[in-house]
Amino acid sequence: MTTLGKIFGPGTRHAVPLIVFLLIGFAAPLLAVIGFSFIPARTFELWQSWSLDNYIEIFNSTSYLSFLWSLGLAAITVLILAIICYPIAYGLARVFGKYSTLVTLLFTIPLFVSENVRLYGWVLFFIKNGVLLGTLKAWFGIEPDSWLFTSGIIVFGMVYVYLPFMLFPMTLGVSMVPDQTRDAAFDLGATRWQVFKEVELPLSMPGIMIGFLLSFVLAVGAIAEAKVLGGQQIIPISHDIEIAFTYAQNWPLGAALAVLLMLVVGTLVLFVLRRFDLDAILGRR
Amino acid sequence: MNGRSPILQLHNLTKTFGSFTAVKGISLDISEGEFFTIVGPSGSGKTTLLRMLTGMESATSGDILLRGARINDLPANKRPTCMVFQSLALFPHRTVGQNIEFSQKIKGVEPAKRKARALQLMAQLRLPENYYDKSVTKCSGGERQRVALARALAYDPDILFFDEPLSAIDYKLRKTLEKELKDIHRETGKTFIYITHSLEEAMVMSDRIGVMRSGQLVQVGSPQQIYSSPGTKFVSEFIGDVNVIGVRATATTGVHAAEFGVDFVTQPVPAGFGEGHLVVRPESLRFLGSRSEAQNCLEGRVYNEYVLGSRIQYQVRVGEHVFIVEKLRQQAFAGSLDDQVLIGWDAKDSILVTD
Repeated sequence: MTTLGKIFGPGTRHAVPLIVFLLIGFAAPLLAVIGFSFIPARTFELWQSWSLDNYIEIFNSTSYLSFLWSLGLAAITVLILAIICYPIAYGLARVFGKYSTLVTLLFTIPLFVSENVRLYGWVLFFIKNGVLLGTLKAWFGIEPDSWLFTSGIIVFGMVYVYLPFMLFPMTLGVSMVPDQTRDAAFDLGATRWQVFKEVELPLSMPGIMIGFLLSFVLAVGAIAEAKVLGGQQIIPISHDIEIAFTYAQNWPLGAALAVLLMLVVGTLVLFVLRRFDLDAILGRR
Repeated sequence: MNGRSPILQLHNLTKTFGSFTAVKGISLDISEGEFFTIVGPSGSGKTTLLRMLTGMESATSGDILLRGARINDLPANKRPTCMVFQSLALFPHRTVGQNIEFSQKIKGVEPAKRKARALQLMAQLRLPENYYDKSVTKCSGGERQRVALARALAYDPDILFFDEPLSAIDYKLRKTLEKELKDIHRETGKTFIYITHSLEEAMVMSDRIGVMRSGQLVQVGSPQQIYSSPGTKFVSEFIGDVNVIGVRATATTGVHAAEFGVDFVTQPVPAGFGEGHLVVRPESLRFLGSRSEAQNCLEGRVYNEYVLGSRIQYQVRVGEHVFIVEKLRQQAFAGSLDDQVLIGWDAKDSILVTD
């Protein structure tokens, strides 16, 4: 104890339980996945000859399509979310006043219901003879094709599910802009648009960036929207990973796909964080 | 004011928020190049008044005239006026240079030209040239004040407004910046309109002071006028420690103080003055050897003393009434605490005010 006490300070010693917990609960499974991605296909023994065969297999298959679908859908979702959420965030932070709690609640309550249940609700809404089309048919006698099982409806589902993850960080970002700073820019001759461009947008950027990252990372891993609303017309990468681990019983391939996804998303996130230095935006550096 | 033409005229300016009237019918002329300070306690409506003058708040009724033209409906970004905010409201994501150049960038002035102007202003305000690329968040409190002032001056406004920018600064630096600001006022020759809750701050800098209370201007005058002849008890107490005695007029130069059951000799009592207050400044009170040494006299007990640097204040209690007597250090009271003393003052130092 005394020697240990000399090597590590009290802070380090008290952090030991947390470090152990994180190593076992967080790092170990991740390392296991990374390890599995290097063993021969369809085996379950971690300690054997490692190779890059699984990765080569991915590049020889059509999995890259799933990657592209996931990244593309996520990018479109984030873009749409940004456009939808900024006005709402602005309202929540500056316009709604005492009603903003109510609006916040309206956006939060759906989170208490399982994502799958909510998506099946939308299926009932959009399905042929469902809430929307059934009503149109009964009232106006028109029978358009159902939008279910298209890529558009998948984006709709993703926007719907991930909206709070963009909205709330963005609201925080917008509310971080001091009123007097806004007034000062206006007083110095800036038009409304210039105030937005020169002051409001840069100063709310930290919140906006966190919203972007959060919703993008979640959307890249989205699976239920494509399954439930998309009717498996489109296979996102997380679906490929799930198939590899379940039906195909090919854990090494699934692990390799997962590692690749982490690398791609991790690289993108790092790139964005470097490009937009949050501390610098906040003026802390 | 020195026969100069008015730059800003307010006619019966009023602002209501629902049933609450924040500013009640203010009329005022401010001259070209004047340093005018509006003083009032918090809630007196001075910030609302200023926001109407800058165009950030619309007037409910009345007129604001800038060089004779009505500017009520001109938004802040179209008015040739600029404000230094209480929080300074610097842009934290921009450098010192970018902050100062903001208004010119908005106008589309070319970079080289606006940099030259920024550097010139920085020199004028004693900001080192190498601060041009420094982040404003790294500047000290006093430096930020200067950046905020430079940013406002770069806009080249006809009138500069100040919303208590010095209130968050420590005493010593505030005293320095007050004088600097008055110097800048001289150098630029622009009209400065300053609001503060500190009459002391107003005294140092202003050509004229307007005292506000409950949305109204209760007195307007030079610092000397406000100091020597406050019109009301409110104004007199706002200046600092004063001795106030409730009185009733009894003669042309005399009042009766029921509290002490004595008469005091005063300056000529204003016409129509019935019940009111007699104000005596602490420095006008003296310790007397005998009752004949002053026109007015009270007997009390020295309760405590406070050393204020070059001056010393004594708390003298006459019955329950607390008087403050102020002496220069060289003229310190020779006796000790709890001594029975005579304090007195003359008619010329008896200021009569209404409520």
